[in-house]
This record gives sequence, C-alpha cells and structure tokens, in this order.
Amino acid sequence: MVKLDAIQKRLIEEIADLHSVPEGAYNFRANSRLAGRNTTANIDIISKPDGSGIDIRIRPGTKKESVHIPVVLSESGIKETVYNDFYVGEDSDVVIVAGCGIDNCGTQDSEHDGIHRFHIGRNAKVKYVEKHYGSGDGKGQRILNPVTEVYMDENSSMEMEMEQIKGVDSTDRQTVAELKAGAKLVVKERLMTHGSQNAVSGYQVNLNGAGATADVVSRSVARDDSSQTFNARVTGNAPCSGHTECDSIIMDRGRILAIPSLEANNVDAMLVHEAAIGKIAGEQLVKLMTLGLTEQEAEEQIINGFLR
Amino acid sequence: MLEIRNLSFSVDEDGEQKEILRNLDLKIEDGKFIVITGPNGSGKSTLARLIMGIEKPSEGQILFDGKDITDLDITERAKLGISFAFQQPVRFKGIRVKDLLRLASGKNLSVSTACEYLSEVGLCARDYIDREINASLSGGELKRIEIATLLARHTRLSVFDEPEAGIDLWSFQNLIRIFEKMRKEIKDSSIVIISHQERILNIADEIVLLSAGGIIDKGSPETIMPKLVSQSSVCQRLQ
Repeated sequence: MVKLDAIQKRLIEEIADLHSVPEGAYNFRANSRLAGRNTTANIDIISKPDGSGIDIRIRPGTKKESVHIPVVLSESGIKETVYNDFYVGEDSDVVIVAGCGIDNCGTQDSEHDGIHRFHIGRNAKVKYVEKHYGSGDGKGQRILNPVTEVYMDENSSMEMEMEQIKGVDSTDRQTVAELKAGAKLVVKERLMTHGSQNAVSGYQVNLNGAGATADVVSRSVARDDSSQTFNARVTGNAPCSGHTECDSIIMDRGRILAIPSLEANNVDAMLVHEAAIGKIAGEQLVKLMTLGLTEQEAEEQIINGFLR
Repeated sequence: MLEIRNLSFSVDEDGEQKEILRNLDLKIEDGKFIVITGPNGSGKSTLARLIMGIEKPSEGQILFDGKDITDLDITERAKLGISFAFQQPVRFKGIRVKDLLRLASGKNLSVSTACEYLSEVGLCARDYIDREINASLSGGELKRIEIATLLARHTRLSVFDEPEAGIDLWSFQNLIRIFEKMRKEIKDSSIVIISHQERILNIADEIVLLSAGGIIDKGSPETIMPKLVSQSSVCQRLQ
C-alpha cells in the first residue's frame, strides 16, 4: 500500500473513522491514483479496463464482511469522475463504507464526482455509509457531485447513511432507486452547510413491486449565507409504502428549499411526505441555559443532537 | 438565601402596560420548602421565571446569598446554583435522555448514575436512557425526565413550576418523596414549588399565596390551609 501523508490520513479518519488499514476488502484512492487495495475470498475489486473506476463483486451468501472505498484529494486542481459498480450477491449481508475527503489549500477548484451503482441481489442486505468532508483554507472550491443508483432485487434491503457536515463548498447529490417486490430502502441523510456553500440533494425512489417500502429522511442545518435544496420524490407503481421527510434548521441568512413529492400509480400505494423548516426554538435554548450552558453551547448541543 | 425586593414585572399588551407582578417582597431562607400558590393569572409562573432569569423584571432586585443577581443571565444564575423545572418540558429532536442528564450534571455522568436518577422518578432506566426527548414521549414521561434533570443538577435552589401536572397518583407519592430527599441530600438547599395541589401545600414549610400580582398571605400550612379549604371562599377572598 502506498504511504499516505498526514493530511490524507486525517481525511480518511474523518470520512471512514479509520485509523489504520481496515480488515476485509478495501480500495483506497488518493489524488486520482490507487493507493491500496485488498480483496477477500468473497469480495473482489477489479479496476475497469478503461480506468474509469472499479467493480466490486460480492459473492452470493457473503455474510458479515465489509468493503471500504475511501477517496481523498489533497492536491489542488484535481477534477475527476469515478464509476464504482457494486454487485452484491444473493443472500449476502455486508457493510460498505465509502466517502470522500478533500483538502484544498490551493487556488484551483478540486472536484470529485463519484457515480456509485448498486446491484443488490435477492434477499441481500446492505448497509452503506458515505461521509463527505472538506478542509483547507485555499481559495479553490471543494466540490462533490455524487450520483447513486440503487437497483434492488426482490426482498433485498439497503440502509444508506449519508453525511456531509463540514467543508464542502458545493454539492449536487442525486440518488435514484428502483425497488422490486419486497425490497426495503431506508435513507438517512445528514447535511450541514456553512459560509456561502450550496448543496442540492435529490431523490427519485421508484417502488415497482408489491410490498416494496422506502423511508427517505433528511435532516439539515443551513448556517451563515449557505443554501440548500432538497427534492425527494417517491413513486409508487405497485401496492407499496413510502415515506419521505425533510426536517431543517435554518440559521443566520441561510436559505432552504424543500420539495418533497409523491406520485402514486397504483390504488394500493401508500405514500406520505413531511417537511418542516424552522429556526432553533427559543425554549430549547432557554432549557439548556438553565442547565448552565451558554447560548452558544446550547446551540451546538441542539444541532449535534439534530444531526445525530 | 434568596431575597426578592420590590419586584415588578409588566408586559406590553396592545400598547398598554399590563402589570403581572407588583412590588413583591419575599425571602426564602436556606433549607426551606416553599410552595407558591394562587389562582390562575396571579403571576406564580412569572415569579418562578424571574427567579431563573428567563424573564427580566421591570423593577426591583433579586439577591442570591446576598449577591445581586438581577442583571445576571440564565446561564450565570444556573452556574450559581439555581435550577428550574418547566411546567411544560421542552422537546428536542436527537437529544437523548442520557445526554440531557449529562448536561444537567455538568460532568461526564456514568450510565449507572443516570439510571439512578431515572429510577428515582419512577421510570425504568433501561427503557428510557437512550430515548430521544422528542414527540414520542408522553407529557407525563417528559415531566418525570424534567424532574430527573433537577436531581442531576443537584443545586442549592430548585424551582419547580407545577411539577404535579400530568403526573399520576402513584408517582405523586414518589414526587413528594423526591422533594424530601433533595432537601436532605443537598446541604442548605431550598425548594420553591408553584402548585395548586393540596398534598404538596400540606408538606410546605411555608405557603405563599399570590393574587393579582402581589402576595396576599403567607405562613405555615396550618394557618393558610384553612383559609383555602373552600374553593369558593378563596375565590371571594381573591376578588
């Protein structure tokens, strides 16, 4: 494995909670180059022949294994688009940890656009964790535009945790999911924007088979002059159930546009959406201040809890 | 000791000043259990909020252990050793019961100590410690957690705004036991309770009767309770 420098190590800690080489399969990518890879008897990682990304193949029946695929950019001016295809075999049960950390101290923009496609086999169970993080005080922007496509076979389940709390100047995240009968998708998104950052997050979830369920929940905080757009659509094409929720705290001069939408094409589709935007309730601040916290400490606790 | 001197509080209502409290004087000695009672709108909750610093008086002074705290904010008063239980406890998305108890104690509270506080208020700790303090909790559950945060605070002066509201009969006994325990365990601690409940009034060292923004009577339960026995006579008295 290529030796990572201190900045790259810090980025990997932020996005994958990794302090050393993980167990199981992994693929580290640093500044557009492969920095380390490990495969296991059940999980293979293969570079695409044209160099555009990797295929991750998980054998049917693989249980309790994990795949880490962190990406770090520590040089200014890198712009890359990477295609990662995950083939998760039937009856497997795996954890996939992805994420991108950008440190940009230079003047040129750094951009990583990851296109992740998941092909999840029948009865397979996947937990997917994705964290995005930016740092560096250069003038160059830190840009992340991930696209996630999820194709779920019958009775498969996927739980996605997506978090972007700090330092990404611009993000346009698009997620599309197609669910067959009995498939279950749970999405938990956490987003915080600062300064003049801009974040767009869109979901299109299609419930195509009987008994498919989806729960898409986003919690976000917009501070300073930042802006956010959340656009989640759940479409029911069969007897199914879907829920989407967007809950946001607005602060300072932030702007938030929430557009939850539902489309039912079957009489037995049960779809619900909820959206709420508001500032931190004064009584919440007062309560925590009566416990001895300053107003600023109270605000931090409320936001930390909200984005948990 | 808490001393309230010539305290007044008024609010602006449609351009007119409405007086909620007027020239109120009150001393709460160390180690005392004081119950403030009176009809709705008499200014009881406002007085409690003024003590905590949630509201600022239009006139007068509040002294705590001889120090003038009138201009101190909520945080500063909390740090001096004043705590407050809300009549309607606040809900938080994502903050768990153990987080709130940890914040209340001001230190890295062990799970077993947090569980003890919950058991004190009649909640099965295992079921609640990781629960979020959100809309999934009932009013009664929130109320008990609110009281548990005051146990974790362990302060010299604890102010409870109608702690019995929403609490059932079984936990009512428990509540009284908690007040008595707090007095015993915290040296020189005083408890101020805003309440209408006869059983709480009965265990007070002193009852303070408030009406229309002023204190109209105070004394031991033996002297005050007979005057309050008939609700109608109280109403007449207060008119």
